[in-house]
Amino acid sequence: MSSATRATERTIGWRAVEVRETIRETPSAATLVLDVPGWPGHRAGQHVDVRLTAEDGYQASRSYSIASAPEDDDVALTIQRLDDGEVSPYLVDEVRAGDQLELRGPVGGWFVWTAAQGGPLFLVAGGSGLVPLMAMLRHRANSGSDVEARLLLSARREADVLYASEVRDVIEPAITYTREAPAGWTGYARRVDGAMLAEAGFEPQLRPRIFVCGPTGFVEGVARELVALGHDASRIRTERFGATGG
Amino acid sequence: MDADGLRLDGNAAAGMLDEIFRVETTSAVATCAGCGASRAMGEVHVYAHGPGVVLRCPGCDAVVMRFARIRGRLVADMRGVRTVTF
Repeated sequence: MSSATRATERTIGWRAVEVRETIRETPSAATLVLDVPGWPGHRAGQHVDVRLTAEDGYQASRSYSIASAPEDDDVALTIQRLDDGEVSPYLVDEVRAGDQLELRGPVGGWFVWTAAQGGPLFLVAGGSGLVPLMAMLRHRANSGSDVEARLLLSARREADVLYASEVRDVIEPAITYTREAPAGWTGYARRVDGAMLAEAGFEPQLRPRIFVCGPTGFVEGVARELVALGHDASRIRTERFGATGG
Repeated sequence: MDADGLRLDGNAAAGMLDEIFRVETTSAVATCAGCGASRAMGEVHVYAHGPGVVLRCPGCDAVVMRFARIRGRLVADMRGVRTVTF
């Protein structure tokens, strides 16, 4: 081991954490509730890196958003399975309570929101891009914040919506189903566009803080539409998940 | 798959950047040596699907930083960034 590696481990170390509980959220997503001794606390929107090591020593690490609020007792990650992924199928389908993972973080300080920053707050999620935004909504609820918030959520179908009942407890979400709307659905059933963002969000004059998270194409399309609507680019923060999300 | 779909942002490199700079880096401001534009590191485009990690300026697409692990050591090529303000 080089001295550089040792120094790295001292300052931002990988730590072994134990999975306390797994919660099935959708057919392809699960929440892992972790026991993290000495967790330094986090801000809503931050993520962690999770590292797996195979028996032959091969290592793979991925970033996952923290789903829990800073005020929650536990640290929870919600992971969307990518069928051709190296890490997510294991985390979603194989991990059980009592298993150990390696984790570093929390990391990131750009895509974060604290109640003290105020609002209004406009959150736009594509699929599992809801995870860090849910941490913001949980933080807003836990802290008793009166910041006005709106959520626009794009999902392929109803079964893919994360936290389906809890999210409606903390906000009245605008939802659009892009592949298959439930029977009798009268809401949006198309890809997010400028008209939808204008209806579901705030007037640009109110200078909302806007957070957009999801697959790369979704995030970049939404950000372009928001700027075209007159929102100040400096009020828009984005987090891209890559081509497929999660 | 085209490179556009694989594009991430500075948030995706936050763990690695923390490891290098030992301080929260996504809210630091980087000035591109190519076009001179300044942006938060969290906004810089990140391509991490290859053997290394490449950070590009969202304005002019120039390479701002490159990182690679070579024989267990992390090599940072920083010639594309004029300054980073933490």
